[in-house]
Amino acid sequence: MNVVILGCGRIGSTLARSMAKDGHKVAIIDQNDDAFRRLGPDFTGDMVLGNGIDEDVLKRSGIERADAFVAVTNGDNTNIMSVQIAKEKFRVPKAIARIYDPIRAYAYQELGIETICTTVIGARLMKDYLLGKEWGMVSEYCALADEGAQI
Amino acid sequence: MYVIVAGGGKVGHYLTRALIAAEHEVLLVEKDRSRAAYLAEELGEVAVRGDACEVRTMREIGMERADVVVAATGDDEDNLVICQMAKRRFHVPRTIARVNNPQNVDIFHRLGIDSTVSSTKIIFNLIEQQIETDEVIPLAPLQRGNIEIVEIDLGPESPVVGKTIPNVRLPQNALVISVVRDDHAILPNIDVEFKQGDTVIALVSADKEAELRQVFAETG
Repeated sequence: MNVVILGCGRIGSTLARSMAKDGHKVAIIDQNDDAFRRLGPDFTGDMVLGNGIDEDVLKRSGIERADAFVAVTNGDNTNIMSVQIAKEKFRVPKAIARIYDPIRAYAYQELGIETICTTVIGARLMKDYLLGKEWGMVSEYCALADEGAQI
Repeated sequence: MYVIVAGGGKVGHYLTRALIAAEHEVLLVEKDRSRAAYLAEELGEVAVRGDACEVRTMREIGMERADVVVAATGDDEDNLVICQMAKRRFHVPRTIARVNNPQNVDIFHRLGIDSTVSSTKIIFNLIEQQIETDEVIPLAPLQRGNIEIVEIDLGPESPVVGKTIPNVRLPQNALVISVVRDDHAILPNIDVEFKQGDTVIALVSADKEAELRQVFAETG
């Protein structure tokens, strides 16, 4: 598949390397040149320098032909906005955002945006560990609720 | 009216002062500690420190009873989220977003933000008024429904000179709102006959502007 990733941080670069290794066509966007170093010397995808909520930058990264768009910058709002641009404007079939704030993650999930809230997942996993519980299915940890998640 | 202004930069700051002068109840929310302190010194309780993107903050500032929320920060993505949350979660009747990159105006409208203000766009339009490259000059893009007010000077070759309004084939949903002749503004009724030198003020949707131009201005 053709995937565009916004944000070459830890999760973005890891995902990009993994997808490229599996033979997918990857384009990764970041505002900061240094971030691309995380991809390593043998990364086969495209690296696009620029701001991911700028439509020209998105077009340069091939979003018009993309099958999927992933927003994993440090900024929740940038991730939220870019995923909505990808879906509304460019009709990318699959789009997902990592959102740190549980309340925003839930609110946007309600609006039909696919979100992963690593905050909530991480906190729940750690809580289970502390209480001596076995880790269960990932889907259980993802559930969001109004007013953030009760963990 | 209770107006919440998010973003205490120059735009938010001066807007707040203007709203206070007009006797509205205003709350200005600024994220940066020292900037917020500076604003509080000048505006008192009207200025608070907080991140307007955080739902907790939105609740603390009473967003559910706001009549208008203005997102005036320097970041379009923050302004988008503030307005979307204000509308969807707090059911604020009116949301206004400052849009820094004029390219983003379209996506804001598509995502349901009622009004957007792009100063770049406004200044651009003002510049266009000075440069009379065409006889059709966009005076103001009205925010809702992409409608523009245009000003057309009728030159000697204009195809409508000598015609009355009912005999001019206007594009769909276009409206002549005034004819300015010798510094008088004439209200358009069916007897008004266009003359050379008239300035026609018309309302037209942005996508029909070119068509309107062909109807009134010189062809070719």
